[in-house]
Amino acid sequence: MAKRIDVSGLSAYYGSTRAIEDISMTIEPRSVTAFIGPSGCGKSTFLRTLNRMHEVIPGARVEGKVMLDDENLYGANVDPVAVRRSVGMVFQRPNPFPTMSIYDNVVAGLRLAGVKKKSVLDGVVERSLQGANLWNEVKDRLNKPGAGLSGGQQQRLCIARAIAVEPEVLLMDEPCSALDPISTLAIEDLIGELKSQFTIVIVTHNMQQAARVSDRTAFFNLAGVGQPGKLIELDDTQRIFSNPSVQATEDYISGRFG
Amino acid sequence: MTSSSPADARGRTPRRRGDSRRGDAVFFNLSRGAGVLLLVVMAAIAGFLTYRSALALGKNEGNFLTTFEWTPDAVKPVFGIAVLTFGTLVSALIAMLIAVPVAVGIALFISHYAPRRIAQPFAYLVDLLAAVPSIVYGLWGVLFLVPHMNGLTSWMDQYLGWTYIFDQSSSGVPARNLFTVGILLAIMVLPIITAVTREVFRQVPRMHEEAALALGATRWEMVRTAVLPFGRPGIISASMLGLGRALGETIAVATVLSTNSKLSLHLLDPGGGTFAENIALKFNEAQPLGRDALMASGLVLFVITLLVNGAARVIIARRKEYSGAAA
Ligand SMILES: Nc1ncnc2c1ncn2[C@@H]1O[C@H](COP(=O)(O)OP(=O)(O)OP(=O)(O)O)[C@@H](O)[C@H]1O
Ligand SMILES: [Mg+2]
Repeated sequence: MAKRIDVSGLSAYYGSTRAIEDISMTIEPRSVTAFIGPSGCGKSTFLRTLNRMHEVIPGARVEGKVMLDDENLYGANVDPVAVRRSVGMVFQRPNPFPTMSIYDNVVAGLRLAGVKKKSVLDGVVERSLQGANLWNEVKDRLNKPGAGLSGGQQQRLCIARAIAVEPEVLLMDEPCSALDPISTLAIEDLIGELKSQFTIVIVTHNMQQAARVSDRTAFFNLAGVGQPGKLIELDDTQRIFSNPSVQATEDYISGRFG
Repeated sequence: MTSSSPADARGRTPRRRGDSRRGDAVFFNLSRGAGVLLLVVMAAIAGFLTYRSALALGKNEGNFLTTFEWTPDAVKPVFGIAVLTFGTLVSALIAMLIAVPVAVGIALFISHYAPRRIAQPFAYLVDLLAAVPSIVYGLWGVLFLVPHMNGLTSWMDQYLGWTYIFDQSSSGVPARNLFTVGILLAIMVLPIITAVTREVFRQVPRMHEEAALALGATRWEMVRTAVLPFGRPGIISASMLGLGRALGETIAVATVLSTNSKLSLHLLDPGGGTFAENIALKFNEAQPLGRDALMASGLVLFVITLLVNGAARVIIARRKEYSGAAA
């Protein structure tokens, strides 16, 4: 299941502008890695290169290598659709399919993969919603539209939808930024549980959140407006927040930034 | 804020406030007047049509609903809408069966498949089709489409003749039949359906499309899971717009169709008629009773169009909670 991610020399472009430059890092399986950094430094861009979602934007392209265990995601014969099946993603704004019921939302990925058997789907729905800590709240209304849930519930529904296809890696881009503190806590707890099965990468602007949920933290920065973002350092979360080895990281964390 | 007059706090003079109140009142009365005027005009039209229709129906010696002939000005006036209803509904249905899938396909191509530099001119071209006058479609239909239909109709007669409706009684006659009319109507309603569905598809939130892609959907699967369901109410509305036009199309049908008062399920045989075409062709020579009879048929067409629109609204409303409007 969970796999190691090994990025080397990765740059990403929007048209001719380079958004991130020469990023290399290793992310261990069954760990939570947090990406922090100022707005516009390319955290979302980098995250989206890890499941080849970057290239769905017209004109966007990627240079470099992303190894998932020993397979290069950007290899010549790799199908991006297959990559996205094994590297799941949760977005900043909860985005359940508005035209689908809760049940259909959870199994959407499996249906795409051609699974049709009702008994299998039923089992996955229960397991995924349990896994996303949402089962008890929605088990009596699985056939109601997913858009009728609260924002926090919708986000957990999206997590359930992502883990239903049993990906090796789960990418989350500011999954709590649209949520209240209680829903945020629920999702943080969930991340703690999910890391026993998945490799998790989470982008967050919330330092406390990074400190609470992650094992490792990566700090990104950019030299100035219009400059590409870069990885400044990646270390154990503990160390980053107590004794980072780069001055810029310390400035950012202690709020002395900019 | 404790001031009883916040406008004073912003430095406005009482006179100006009075002005803006008067502006409100003027605008309110203006818009209410327009609304009332619209209702009055509609009531006047409906009343007029109903009154004249009732006059005609009172003198009809046949059954208005089941009679095939349309001879209101004969010594013994007989007229009915059976043939017209059949022809109108069948030709519009054929038009819809062809136009809706094609329009959805073109709209998808423009909104989700074609590169931008092709999509833009292509969309413009489709819009341009909507600007072609009906009579031009009619002329094109009778001068080009009809002569070129024979290959298709004899093929259909040979391989689909067993369906009965595509069985041709005699081959070689000009294809001035309901089927050709349906095809022509399909071409005519294509631009409006395409334009509306294209806009709806463009409005699908990017985040729903990305949700599908991130789950490992191919482009077509993304369209199927995110775009088409989201666009469904829009597709239905667009189809209703097109259907309204197909039901009411007059001059193109009148030009192409070779009319008679036979109700035939053989769609490839010339003959039949539609409400609008019948009114256009008969009105000039009609006597007073004939005109009233034509108005009665116009009223029926109006009711049919209303019913079709009502049905579409019901379909859309039934799945409202899934419409995506809440998201
Ligand atoms: N679709 C796009 N087209 C063009 N440029 C983009 C696009 N998305 C992002 N960028 C640019 O790429 C750079 C990095 O953006 P990105 O969204 O990755 O930053 P971020 O670190 O996620 O910021 P935030 O914390 O605000 O989410 C920015 O300069 C941004 O303007
Ligand atoms: Mg971002």
